[in-house]
Amino acid sequence: MDFRDSAPEAGFRIRLREWLATHNPGLPTSSTDDEYWAGMAAWHRSLYDAGFFGMSWPTSIGGQARSTVYEVIVDEELAAAGAPPRPSLGYLVQGILEHGDDEIQQRFLPGIVNGRDRWCQGFSEPDAGSDLASLRTRADRDGDDFVITGHKVWTSYSDEAEWCLLLARTDHEVAKHRGISAFAVPMGQPGIEQRPLRMINGVTKEFGEVLFDGARVPAANMIGAPGEGWSLAMTVVSHEREPGELGYVARYRKVVNDLTRRVVGDPGRFRPDQVRDLGWAMVEVEMLGLHVRRRLSDRLDGIAHGPQGSVDKLLMTWTEQAVGHASLGIGGIAAGGGDETSLNTYLYSRAQSVMGGTSQIQRNLVARRILDLPAS
Amino acid sequence: MDVRLSPEQQALRESAARLVDQLGPHAVGELDDPERTAKLDAAVTASGWRELRTADHGNRPLASGVEVGIVAEELGRGLADISFVGPTLATELRRMAGAPPSAEVETVVLTDDLLSLARVVDGRVPSGVAVDVQGSTRALVLAPGPDGDHLASMELGSPAVGLDLTRPSVAVDGQAVVTPLAPARPVTADDLTRWTALGLAVACADLVGTMGGAVRLASAYASERRQYGAPIGSFQAVQHLLADAFVLSEGARSATLHATWAVDELEPADALDAAAVAKAYCARAARTVGETAIQVHGGIGNTWECLAHIYLRRALLSSELLGDVGVSLTRVLEHRGIGGRDGLS
Repeated sequence: MDFRDSAPEAGFRIRLREWLATHNPGLPTSSTDDEYWAGMAAWHRSLYDAGFFGMSWPTSIGGQARSTVYEVIVDEELAAAGAPPRPSLGYLVQGILEHGDDEIQQRFLPGIVNGRDRWCQGFSEPDAGSDLASLRTRADRDGDDFVITGHKVWTSYSDEAEWCLLLARTDHEVAKHRGISAFAVPMGQPGIEQRPLRMINGVTKEFGEVLFDGARVPAANMIGAPGEGWSLAMTVVSHEREPGELGYVARYRKVVNDLTRRVVGDPGRFRPDQVRDLGWAMVEVEMLGLHVRRRLSDRLDGIAHGPQGSVDKLLMTWTEQAVGHASLGIGGIAAGGGDETSLNTYLYSRAQSVMGGTSQIQRNLVARRILDLPAS
Repeated sequence: MDVRLSPEQQALRESAARLVDQLGPHAVGELDDPERTAKLDAAVTASGWRELRTADHGNRPLASGVEVGIVAEELGRGLADISFVGPTLATELRRMAGAPPSAEVETVVLTDDLLSLARVVDGRVPSGVAVDVQGSTRALVLAPGPDGDHLASMELGSPAVGLDLTRPSVAVDGQAVVTPLAPARPVTADDLTRWTALGLAVACADLVGTMGGAVRLASAYASERRQYGAPIGSFQAVQHLLADAFVLSEGARSATLHATWAVDELEPADALDAAAVAKAYCARAARTVGETAIQVHGGIGNTWECLAHIYLRRALLSSELLGDVGVSLTRVLEHRGIGGRDGLS
């Protein structure tokens, strides 16, 4: 057992650190500012071109086929430098890698990995949230195409994206889990209407609704077999639940580092309870970083994704919300002389217990599939 | 970076788990079975687990903090009512001071707040608590001398049970005669920092084990106990309590793994920080998990005969040992440049 870098890992870390000294774009704290999302695409390409993105993905799609440990190093160094986190695309890549054939992978994955194409994820619907399998968006065969009709919501970055990984019903006769297929749908076409949503922290770039009314997608863009959409969705969400995949530890660490500097700089200004909240945020973030290391090490044995992802998601959620509370305490309420960024960091943290499967759904999975409690 | 356990470490875990499963208490009544306890104690003695921190030829410990943590976790999970953390901390002190290993089981005397090793004043220890005293007749304390802090040994009275029904303590009242340990060199401030890190990390491993045992106990009960014609474990209200408890224990496990590794691999101040991070997390989590185990058992959980309170009691003692939640949080903040203890009371 060794928590330290091996020699090659240490060399990589130093190269990254030196690169960051001159290439940190200094975007605002993530997810609290539209400027951040606007700068994200350029940051992705910059990281990729310098060899610091897609570390663990296959070389055939532009990755470097290294161990996932390198993703941890990237996250740690980005946080230490106060740089923005890496884009969270692992779940998308993994879904297409595990379910798309070679042709699909070669068509779509290199552009996702190198940052040329941006993608959004069309899963949730107004009447299909936690109960995703009851989705009603339909894809009807018409010659070589499918025609899409339906309403998607919580579609992050839909107005920026060139492509949408869409789940739609292609078979209405079978059980609801079995009739869903997945498609790569081009977003720039008639029959797609974008409606950005404004989040509670004011951000408008992240969240949106997408209405499909006669949009077309070639049958060749189906990812996996007809009816394989549900299984692809489960691959995607299980990855979406893993903090190692998302690189969120870097984001939390950056906030905690910023808050710590403020307290160190003016210790008399803060009440003991505010400092205590910051202490808990430190403990949670350290714990999560260590948990990620443990889980990524487990993967060296090739351990498959399972209900353990729900454990990761809950730990990540508790960490983000502890960081949010520290941010609220140290940064203050905007009306009382505090700053808006801290308030918005707090407000954004409330989404973590909903997105990627609510905390209640994660608890159901832990109870049933890990603790083996009886079915209701 | 690779934080997986080695095959030898996994084998150690399995043999510790097996032994505790065979000889540990499976009901509150079994805590009063001296024959069973003696068998468990003999088996642990034969395993050599209490001597893991004995010096090798280069004065390094025979085994790292990780191995000590593995054993501690399994002993906690099975509510092993024999000593481990106390003798381990005594062995570590002897190694640090270059003193010969003790022929008999011995433990340590802590200050009344359990925060640090008790000190000799005018030839006696005015007050303190000898922890984890099962099988020990003597315990180590610190005796200040002109060239630094030396180790000394004192005789213990008979055990009073106290908070933790599986690991009795003895109060020290200033009567016992203290004997300096020789030959030995003084222990340095760095030694004591690292020693504290070891003690915290072992306490965390015990907490991870007790949390695991408490979740297992309560999950089994929830699967059997029926109300409204169904097992209560099929109700989401109960499932979510147990799921949260399990997830807390997993976070605690990750932080603790690092703390047990850090004992031997990081500088003393960083090892102590790793231990404080783990202790803050584990101590807060363990109280919640212990309380959850009682709640899931309902009325039964509030009776003496239910094992749930044995887990909670054991967790409360481990949580206090060498630094509770508040002290640990203060250490974490101080390590990052914030505050003194006063600001956090």
